[in-house]
Amino acid sequence: MNAPLLRVEHLSMRFGGLVAVNDLSFTAEANSITALIGPNGAGKTTVFNCITGFYKPTTGRLGLVHGDAAMWDDLETITRRGTRSLRRPGGILYLLERMPDYLVARHARVARTFQNIRLFPGLTVLENLLVAQHNPLNRASGYALLGVLGIGGYRKAERAAIEKACYWLEAVDLMSRADDPAGELPYGAQRRLEIARAMCTDPVLLCLDEPAAGLNPHEKADLNELILTVRDKHATAVLLIEHDMAVVMEISDHIIVLDYGLKIADGAPEDVRNDAKVIAAYLGVAEQEVERVQAEVAG
Amino acid sequence: MHNRQTSIAVQTPVAGVDLASAGKDALFSGLLAVGLFLPLIGFKTVTNIRNELILETRFGLLAIFIAVMVAASLVNSFVIAPWRARRAVRERAPASRLAGVLSKYFAPFALGFVLIYPALVFGLVGSTGATKWIDNFGIQILIYVMLGFGLNIVVGLAGLLDLGYVAFYAVGAYSYALLAQTFGLSFFALLPVAGILAAFWGMMLGFPVLRLRGDYLAIVTLAFGEIIRLVLINWVPVTNGYAGISGVPRPSFFGIPFNASDDGFAATFGLPFSPIYRTIFLYYLILALVLLTAFVTLRLRRLPIGRAWEALREDEIACRSLGINTTTTKLTAFATGALFGGFAGSFFAARQGFISPESFTFMESATVLAIVVLGGMGSTMGVAIAAVIMIGGTEILRDLDFLKDIFGPDFDPTQYRMLLFGLAMVLIMVWKPRGLVATRAPSAFLRERKAIGRDLVKEGHG
Ligand SMILES: Nc1ncnc2c1ncn2[C@@H]1O[C@H](COP(=O)(O)OP(=O)(O)OP(=O)(O)O)[C@@H](O)[C@H]1O
Ligand SMILES: [Mg+2]
Repeated sequence: MNAPLLRVEHLSMRFGGLVAVNDLSFTAEANSITALIGPNGAGKTTVFNCITGFYKPTTGRLGLVHGDAAMWDDLETITRRGTRSLRRPGGILYLLERMPDYLVARHARVARTFQNIRLFPGLTVLENLLVAQHNPLNRASGYALLGVLGIGGYRKAERAAIEKACYWLEAVDLMSRADDPAGELPYGAQRRLEIARAMCTDPVLLCLDEPAAGLNPHEKADLNELILTVRDKHATAVLLIEHDMAVVMEISDHIIVLDYGLKIADGAPEDVRNDAKVIAAYLGVAEQEVERVQAEVAG
Repeated sequence: MHNRQTSIAVQTPVAGVDLASAGKDALFSGLLAVGLFLPLIGFKTVTNIRNELILETRFGLLAIFIAVMVAASLVNSFVIAPWRARRAVRERAPASRLAGVLSKYFAPFALGFVLIYPALVFGLVGSTGATKWIDNFGIQILIYVMLGFGLNIVVGLAGLLDLGYVAFYAVGAYSYALLAQTFGLSFFALLPVAGILAAFWGMMLGFPVLRLRGDYLAIVTLAFGEIIRLVLINWVPVTNGYAGISGVPRPSFFGIPFNASDDGFAATFGLPFSPIYRTIFLYYLILALVLLTAFVTLRLRRLPIGRAWEALREDEIACRSLGINTTTTKLTAFATGALFGGFAGSFFAARQGFISPESFTFMESATVLAIVVLGGMGSTMGVAIAAVIMIGGTEILRDLDFLKDIFGPDFDPTQYRMLLFGLAMVLIMVWKPRGLVATRAPSAFLRERKAIGRDLVKEGHG
């Protein structure tokens, strides 16, 4: 069992009268793929938006640790102290709900993709990947002051950034499109580019919102490979929202099921697959009726 | 109607215009005109002497209207639609070699031209006419090129629609005028000060509008421009209100003033006194400033900050998901744009020797925005060319006496200046809806720098 990387505790998100996420708690482990599934409108994207700082949760605590798992012992200390993060020699503990979105990405190193792809369509594929490396590059250019004068190590930094971009272009099979505008890519390629762009920020946690949507079976198989590479070769944990059960069941280490904002199941793929509550939620019927409906469908 | 026309013409791109469908379109236009104009034009009610309402008919006028509509439809079928089809075909084809060669040599050629421009003018029209050409055309255009570069950063790159850009021009001008008069400092010492003050006000504007986008941003920036102007008008003890500030110190040639005295520029270099030396000096001064801003803009575009500006224009939420602080990114765009505006403003004050709030109306903001849009948002070269066309065009239209040769001596050309100007703008935007430079050059490339069509690039909607 791996050390926990992200701990979601009693997360709730209300929009007026609507409770989109209701007292949700779960843990995502380091070096593993955690899937978040559930019917439409279950609140999955809302959970992502809370984790990545785009929404401020109504209640709840979102802890994330870099480095030593012993950092989790400081959770109560930091909560009481009211600060965003706590640094010790062994690692750093962040409370994500206290951080603005761009700092969640920059410091806590949580990267994400969007359900309705958000690329920079008028920039080239390569430029998209360079924008993802903005913070280290901007520092290397002396916040543009040295860069304008042409002094400092910016050229070297940019060459390294292009190299990293090339690595990810290779990984998502977009090398031949590097100099084309991102908006011209076919749909599947845009999805892959968005993942590559997120990975260029060197995340510890990658949140993918329905990455297989709209892909053909061949592309889905490649996507599975890619996500496994991210976990195994880059030591990046993955949090995955996906409707495609083939993808979810094949690669997930752990699955959490949401329905109407409530967690209804949490466990290994084989356990969740046979859980009556989950089947009921997906079929849209009461739990007791599942067998009857399944029999009807089969018959 | 339009679409069908185009698609038919695409199938037979060269000469083939479908006569039947052209005739049908013309007939349809004619019927439409009858239906529309018969009640509006064909009949007219008048009151006669006995205060009775009488219906009069105007079928002659109606016939003219219908004829115009039919003619317009035919022109569309036989001229415009085939032209659009040809253009659509041409746009899908890769750019021609000639265009590539032209664009490669255009920049050095343009640079050489602006460098020898004063000498050229001198040789062509002699020293009396030269002042007008160097001052009204050269210097005036270059000031707007500089303003265009500044606003291009805000609108073209960062995509923040700013309608109050003139405010920073004013801040730069008044900063120089007041500081030079109060402390007696030289132009070169005050230029950076004026720029920094303008940049400061750029940030001041930036803070309240951080959360605004598009139309809302445009309205607030418009108001900001007006507020600055109203302050200049009403803060009489400092700005002297409507009367403006006169006797603004003129820049000197490294300490040598341009006047008729014994230690003036002409006397020092043993030349006969003439105001042209100052004009030429000012020309090269603003040229140097323009080249500096162009250099800085081009450099910034290839640095992370420039890329972040463009990414901000494309998708702000994606920027934040990548750890980019959109607040500072927007503020740097506003500040850099305002800095250039401030430089232009202080040069303007030094060149005029007199400034008043009259010079900083909304019309100026609109002109600069038009330059940026016409040039092709985000393109440095496009903005420069657009400034030449816009400002040079208005200046040429100032002496329109040649039009009297065409339209007869009764024609008063000055009345038609803005009309012609507007017409020219409309025609250019129809011809090139995405601006003169309708492609975006990527800031980095792996194998090949491919130009990106502007239809993919987001526009400055905040
Ligand atoms: N910003 C918002 N304002 C108001 N309601 C919202 C907002 N965002 C989400 N919701 C609501 O919260 C509920 C959960 O939405 P969410 O997008 O998280 O669902 P989801 O599980 O991602 O569904 P899908 O599978 O369709 O993407 C929905 O009822 C949605 O309408
Ligand atoms: Mg969703």
